[in-house]
Amino acid sequence: MPPRAAESSFTAHAVPLAELRACPHCDALHRLPQVQPRERAVCDRCGSVLIAPRADAFTRIFALAATSLILMGAAVFMPFLDLSASGLHNRASVLDAALAFSQGAMVPLSVAVAALIVVIPALRLMLILYTLAPLVAGRPVLSRARQAFRLADRLKPWSMAEIFVIGVAVALVKVAGLAMVTPGPAFWAFCALVLVTVLQDSFMDKEQIWQAIAGAEPANDAAEGAQP
Amino acid sequence: MTISARQAGLVGCLRCGRVHLPDVALCTRCGAALSSRDPNGLQRVWAWWLAGLLVYIPANLYPMLLTRTLTQRTESTIIGGAVELFQHGDAGIALIVFVASVVIPVGKFIAIAFLAMSLEKRHLMTEHAQHRLFAVVEFIGRWSMIDVFVVAILASLVRFDAVATINPGIAAVSFALSVAFTMQAAQSFDPRTIWDD
Repeated sequence: MPPRAAESSFTAHAVPLAELRACPHCDALHRLPQVQPRERAVCDRCGSVLIAPRADAFTRIFALAATSLILMGAAVFMPFLDLSASGLHNRASVLDAALAFSQGAMVPLSVAVAALIVVIPALRLMLILYTLAPLVAGRPVLSRARQAFRLADRLKPWSMAEIFVIGVAVALVKVAGLAMVTPGPAFWAFCALVLVTVLQDSFMDKEQIWQAIAGAEPANDAAEGAQP
Repeated sequence: MTISARQAGLVGCLRCGRVHLPDVALCTRCGAALSSRDPNGLQRVWAWWLAGLLVYIPANLYPMLLTRTLTQRTESTIIGGAVELFQHGDAGIALIVFVASVVIPVGKFIAIAFLAMSLEKRHLMTEHAQHRLFAVVEFIGRWSMIDVFVVAILASLVRFDAVATINPGIAAVSFALSVAFTMQAAQSFDPRTIWDD
């Protein structure tokens, strides 16, 4: 379905504030359109997607995030790659890769790599599950759901599991001449994780989730949010 | 004619798009701090940009990988590693490494500097072109981290004490920092300013 341009010619002061949206990319002011699932509304000026709701989005995102978290667990603890060269064997897990820099001056890098490929992706998944679980069940959101989902959104660029998978491909080619490398179960778990994440992102419409959070806030939180 | 929230005397939330009156400090929907335009935003962009550029220099001068085998000991820099891959006949992979660790970082430094400067000289590029340039910078910046991950995987995998060992070099640290700093620079940039007149 072709994207619809959100309406942007109107007298701003005649419309209630809650029905206005400013494009986060270019600040163009729009009146929030009514959009059916699978339709999208895009910014009139810069073309960024403003709203793109999907049917049953929360149930689907929840299921996919839970799947990702399980795959992540498998990917971290199972053997990742198995290297053999002239009778010698070495197998490494994702954790070993993250801790490869754990000598001396390299320690901070070890922490950073572990954060980028395991801790932040896992944390994001947990924050998304925390936000969406009550919405899936049709109940008020848990306390601090807004903070949780905002943090999940902020961490998105720092969640680099998919980049790690491409890194593995490059590393495999680099050692190919030196040794025989066999991918272990964790390697396949990581590949599946990337696919599931892509699918999950395709269902994730932030506007839809923010509307749902605002509509399902427990009484005292809502009162707090209403204050300027 | 499109008007911006700023021109209408309102403030839009950068995180969720909700529109507020100008005296509201925190978004009532998502709780993010609101600012019509961050007066120090550009200064933060330049600070992260400069920090990223400074650590990108040692990242290219010092070795990224220290490889020790029975017979020899080699150190390879970022560019050296890509050249080596190319000579082994893996042109495709060499290209990925070269693009991720040379073309993207250098291109990013130029693009961010251009965007930060062109706020005064906007005739050089249309708003739509600047918008697209920023979208590309934001999307592609994180992919430079590939090389750091490659080093991590190699170092954890190739550990046959006497026969062959690969160790990370100091460039791995400075390169990772450079990528992180330029990501911060891009995130500090307020894309809404592209469209302000």
